[in-house]
Amino acid sequence: MKYWKGIEELESAPEFMQSAFAEFMPVKESHESSDATSAPRRDFLKLMGFGVGAAVLASCETPVKKAIPYLNKPEEVDPAISNFYASTYFTGADYNAVLVKARDGRPIKLEGNPESPITKGGLSARAQAAVLSLYDGGRLQHFAIKGKQADMKQVDREIREKLAGAGRIAIVSHTIISPSTKKAIAEFTGRYPNTTHVMYDAHSASALLQANGGVVPGYDFSKANVIVSLGADFLGTWISPVEYAKQYIVNRKVSRDKKTMSRHIQIETALSLSGSNADVRIPVKPSEMGAAALTIYNHVVNGAGADTKTAIGKAAAELKAAGSAGLIVSGSNDPAVQTLVTAINQALGNGGTTTGGAPSNLRQGDDARMTALVNDMNAGAIGAVIFYNANPVYNHPLGAKVKSGIAKVGLTISLNDRLDETGSLCQYAAPDSHWLESWNDFEPKRGYLSLAQPVITPLFATRQAQESLLHWAGNNTTYYKYLRANWRAVTPTDAAWDKAVHDGVMMGSALPAAPAMTGMSAAAAASQLGAGAKASGVELALYEKGGLSAAGTEANNPFLQELPDAISKATWGNYVAVPRKMAIEQKWEQGDVLKVTANGYSIELPVLIQPGQTNGTVSIALGYGRTLAGKAGDKVGENAAPLAMTANGGIQYQNVVTLEKTGATSPIAQTQTHQTLMDRRPVVQESTLAQYVKDPKKVTEYEKIATPDGLEAPNKVSLWQDYQYNNHHWGMAIDLNSCIGCGSCVVGCQTENNTAVVGKQQVINRREMHWMRIDRYYSSDAHKSDFDTKGKVATYAAMEDPSENPQVIFQPMMCQQCNHAPCETVCPVLATTHSSEGLNQMTYNRCIGTRYCANNCPYKVRRFNWFSYYSNEKFEVVNGHMFTDLGRMVLNPDVTVRARGVMEKCSFCVQRIQLGKLEAKKQKRRPKDGEIVTACAQSCPTEAIVFGDMKDPNSRISQLLRREDGERAFHSLDSINVQPNVTYLTKIRNAESEFFAPEVEA
Amino acid sequence: MQHVSAIREPLVTGGKTLHDVTQDICYQVEAKPNLRWMAALSVALFFLGVFFYSVYRTVWYGIGEWGLNKTVNWAWDITNFVWWVGIGHAGTLISAVLLLFRQKWRSSINRAAEAMTIFAVICAAMFPVLHMGRPWLAFYVFPFQNTLGSLWANFNSPLLWDVFAISTYFTVSLVFWYIGLIPDFASIRDRAKGPIAKFSYSMLSFGWKGSAKAWSRYETVSLILAGVSTPLVLSVHTIVSMDFATSVVPGWHTTIFPPYFVAGAIFSGFAMVLTLMLITRVVFRLEDYITLEHIALMNKIMMVTGSIVGVAYITEFFIAWYSQVEFEQYAFINRATGPYWWSYAAMMTCNVITPQLVWFRRVRYSIGLTFILSIIVNIGMWFERFVIIVTSLHRDYLPSSWAMFSPSIIDIGLYVGTLGLFFTLFLLFAKFFPVINMAEVKTILKYTVDNGPTYNPEKAAHAHAHQPAIHGAPASAPVTYNQHD
Repeated sequence: MKYWKGIEELESAPEFMQSAFAEFMPVKESHESSDATSAPRRDFLKLMGFGVGAAVLASCETPVKKAIPYLNKPEEVDPAISNFYASTYFTGADYNAVLVKARDGRPIKLEGNPESPITKGGLSARAQAAVLSLYDGGRLQHFAIKGKQADMKQVDREIREKLAGAGRIAIVSHTIISPSTKKAIAEFTGRYPNTTHVMYDAHSASALLQANGGVVPGYDFSKANVIVSLGADFLGTWISPVEYAKQYIVNRKVSRDKKTMSRHIQIETALSLSGSNADVRIPVKPSEMGAAALTIYNHVVNGAGADTKTAIGKAAAELKAAGSAGLIVSGSNDPAVQTLVTAINQALGNGGTTTGGAPSNLRQGDDARMTALVNDMNAGAIGAVIFYNANPVYNHPLGAKVKSGIAKVGLTISLNDRLDETGSLCQYAAPDSHWLESWNDFEPKRGYLSLAQPVITPLFATRQAQESLLHWAGNNTTYYKYLRANWRAVTPTDAAWDKAVHDGVMMGSALPAAPAMTGMSAAAAASQLGAGAKASGVELALYEKGGLSAAGTEANNPFLQELPDAISKATWGNYVAVPRKMAIEQKWEQGDVLKVTANGYSIELPVLIQPGQTNGTVSIALGYGRTLAGKAGDKVGENAAPLAMTANGGIQYQNVVTLEKTGATSPIAQTQTHQTLMDRRPVVQESTLAQYVKDPKKVTEYEKIATPDGLEAPNKVSLWQDYQYNNHHWGMAIDLNSCIGCGSCVVGCQTENNTAVVGKQQVINRREMHWMRIDRYYSSDAHKSDFDTKGKVATYAAMEDPSENPQVIFQPMMCQQCNHAPCETVCPVLATTHSSEGLNQMTYNRCIGTRYCANNCPYKVRRFNWFSYYSNEKFEVVNGHMFTDLGRMVLNPDVTVRARGVMEKCSFCVQRIQLGKLEAKKQKRRPKDGEIVTACAQSCPTEAIVFGDMKDPNSRISQLLRREDGERAFHSLDSINVQPNVTYLTKIRNAESEFFAPEVEA
Repeated sequence: MQHVSAIREPLVTGGKTLHDVTQDICYQVEAKPNLRWMAALSVALFFLGVFFYSVYRTVWYGIGEWGLNKTVNWAWDITNFVWWVGIGHAGTLISAVLLLFRQKWRSSINRAAEAMTIFAVICAAMFPVLHMGRPWLAFYVFPFQNTLGSLWANFNSPLLWDVFAISTYFTVSLVFWYIGLIPDFASIRDRAKGPIAKFSYSMLSFGWKGSAKAWSRYETVSLILAGVSTPLVLSVHTIVSMDFATSVVPGWHTTIFPPYFVAGAIFSGFAMVLTLMLITRVVFRLEDYITLEHIALMNKIMMVTGSIVGVAYITEFFIAWYSQVEFEQYAFINRATGPYWWSYAAMMTCNVITPQLVWFRRVRYSIGLTFILSIIVNIGMWFERFVIIVTSLHRDYLPSSWAMFSPSIIDIGLYVGTLGLFFTLFLLFAKFFPVINMAEVKTILKYTVDNGPTYNPEKAAHAHAHQPAIHGAPASAPVTYNQHD
């Protein structure tokens, strides 16, 4: 039986069969068109659909991805793997051998190079921050003629033409310690024989050079038992602070096996970092420094009886008694003082010990030659001047004369990295590349060589200054080839060269000997100082801060602007440091603006009441008040350099000034506004060497709490179940005896952890973001022992005032990674939790920002993102590196940039811990001790911070804690039983301690 | 010997009949808004605008718009939060605790007091959300199921307890308040003339018919909710106090906090009820319902709780001395003599000394003085929270981190802004809702032959509408039999 659907099927017509089993019937156009040019309706719809779709797709902008994979992967670069390259930091002030951490081809962090025999792995705060300067958008990004972008070839051609007929040519630079650079300059001089190379230092050591035959003596503080410093801040800023701090600390660390310490006497005007670490600090006026030197000279050299009633007399006696283990240094730029200091050192016979090392090349500037040049320029005697990373218009006391002189010079060329105060006045700008983009060599001390290698190709159309000079001298070689050739003598083989590049440092000498300088005789110096006229009026001492150098080179580096001054804890700008007594007499309050006048030049700065400032004096920091440094650095503070005294070609960083109150006020951005410890021994502890020698078990006061079974250690009582740490238990020990408070760790931490810079106003609002800070406490005259006589309320009020010449204690403070963390219990959303390795960890994604954790943190180390620091336009100036593609290159990709509204804090550099564990795991072993270090511990110049695994009984930290248990090891705020993983070691003072009330005999 | 109880003073004066009550209360709802109300609402709306602007600045730019810093991480935000939550307490106390204790005088004031509770809790709840760095993630505090495995709310955190405490409190208070409103909404519905009013109040009254069964259930639910609310009076502020008490901050870590905070909450709550009632009774002419006796009674409660708070302040000092803990001692010395001594002095004067004036009968019965006193207490209680939060935080353990706090304009804007929010809500409530619980007030009308209301055909147009309920009336009908001999 068969049914048909219709007659067509029955007939099985071919046209029917064609479509009978198709799913859809063929479509017929309703209006058949025979015209081939007209499109059928469906085609039209198809085309329209495609057209609209394509248009829509095209208008949806695909995000631009800038991560372009390598076409040919460089051998060394692996994505997300960091490489370290040895290099050298020297920008005219302090020398540091560094390791550059490069990630995906861009430098992101500098660390100390442990191979260096000079800095030995230490790194100054300035060097830590230097990586940010590489990505500074304020740098000049191309060659320029009169400030307008110009072709490099055109600039070269014009300069060469003009140099040929320029007459006298001067190259002005800061101290140059690079043998190859000096050779290049010599080659330039060879081509243009009427060239003179003048070096000057923004913080000059001319007098020191003069008194020591043209070199800085090779000091060795490690061998000194008695150190007397006449105003030399050798731990903070003087010549080579990292090197000196490394040496100094050798004889300051104590342990059960070494119960001796050097004795450090500081005679100075402003309270410096060295003064705050000194056992004895004697405040003197700048004008009294000569007399102090003379007193010591008379006692040590001439054998005059020491007046042991005066502090200086006692110092002289101590120094003399130390003999060859004594050392006197001076930061004075008075040749007479330096001559006496040299004579005293000679008389002590310390040539084989504390002054016998290889002389340093770090200061070569000659004030007299610079002054002569300035005069010649003004006289129109100079045909061409080349400023090589020198900014004398800004940082030389005769800046105004330099400026007028430049106008009279026919050809002016700037090799400076930006159109700064000097560069903007020059006709030609041939910007130098950043040192991280350059090859260079250094000889910081005679016989010690150091190399810098480029870690990134120049970011801008810049050229290394040496290459520019060689080019203009007619030598078209690259500086690398030039340098390599120059090093044939010390590295004859490629292997030796490779090793030198790899290590970054090697022994050998390449610098020509410094020109000898003749100083005055000691007798002449003594008579000059003896006859010295006393200054009358308020005396000004100019000083340098650990962050910004006197040259102001780092002014546009916000990390350094926001680095709190080690002593005053002030950021973003300088101020007039005034002793309390003067402030009370003159009725000045902190923040009142004063007009400071000297040399017919005046500046207006706010008052900061500074304990320890010698009465009758004020101090102002150099390096501030730049006007053409860049967005972040301009108009921060005032330039104090023109206030310096200039006479007979020399510069004295002091003067007599007049001070007038203007009536205006300007708040100072300090990160710490309470000055004293309020007798809180549970916070930080110190004791004396005498006590330590007598009984090391009695230097630390351990808190006990009352329990039903009598007094017990706080951790014996707990409501908590302790965490179990099965694998690692990370811990940190900080030796307060070693910490000098320099702040290098603060910047190191900031660079490592992408911590935002918040700017002056937010620091005033007490919202700085530093994960690590250094608490600084002054001693007070009032103590708890006065409670009974004066009453608690009055005593507490009196305790808030520091002593006139206080003792100082520094306490680095960061997250204590408590085992019983109060922050962890109070977070409603578990955004801060405890890891299985003892870390207190923050989960930024989970944080909703209630800030209870910060309130409940007894150490106040948690930092809240009050604003969106990477996108809120208010922070574009100060935190600019998070706003531009250029600046963002410096960010550490291992660490999240925190969003607005979340809490953040020290993580013990968990990214470094994870990396170390991963490396060890790949090699199927446990992490070795010392392999994993936090950023702060890595480059501490005094190795005050020890980090490691407390589970490993052989780790340094375990050994240290075992050794110091019951002696110096203590936890801050032990009695609240939060059980920190950070342990402090009690500070030992080689003097009486004035911090706490004397022990009452029970 | 026979003891004859004194005849109580009537709780509602002016010889009101049941009808008068309905008339007096509904009049406010039905009449056109008066000028004074309009003026008050405009001021409140202006401050509400300030509130919205401040919220915008806070949410758009971040908490940095406030005056907080790394040391003082809470200041005005949590001060305001605790202050508002505290104010809310009087409502619950009046509606729940006094109901259970059969304090009939509460009937005239409980409606407004409960409304105040709800609005105060709304204002309070603004701060925990706004003070978050990332308020859009506020839902993280709820223990909701998620795909992140172990990620859960932290039940150790007092802030989480707060979430539960406040949300429970708000929900129960709202339900309690609303249940009480239903019969009154029905009265308004029945009288409503316009279609919108008729519809709205029909919806609001949930079809209330006033049947005996409904009244019986109404009473039962009221009693149950009173029972549920009573522990809340104690628990909410106890938990709020634990935000501080469970911390390690000297000055916060204090076991006396729960009772001290509860007493303080009732203290400030009664002050706020007084402030509001004194205004309402004048504006809406409710002098017969909110009598001088009410005012005197509330003054007494205020004085007692104020004294409890005063004892707590002194106890804290004693414990600081007795514990011999250095940090604790300094925290309290610093409170009284440190840079914020003035806030401590303000707190002591306003909260401890001033309420003692209530011992004088003249003060107790004086409307003007009571009003001033209620304002002073509210100021004092704000300072109490400021003292606890800011002066404890600004100088805690490490002197290096000691800092001062000063409010920004946005801090101030948010505070006065919540006042604007509160008064906007309260004014809307006062206009559109019956401010006095008619049903309950009718139960306390003095209704006896000697000096009770008498039938007055001229006065009562609808006298037949409410024959005095005697036999056959529902047990819970608004009638009270005052037994006299």
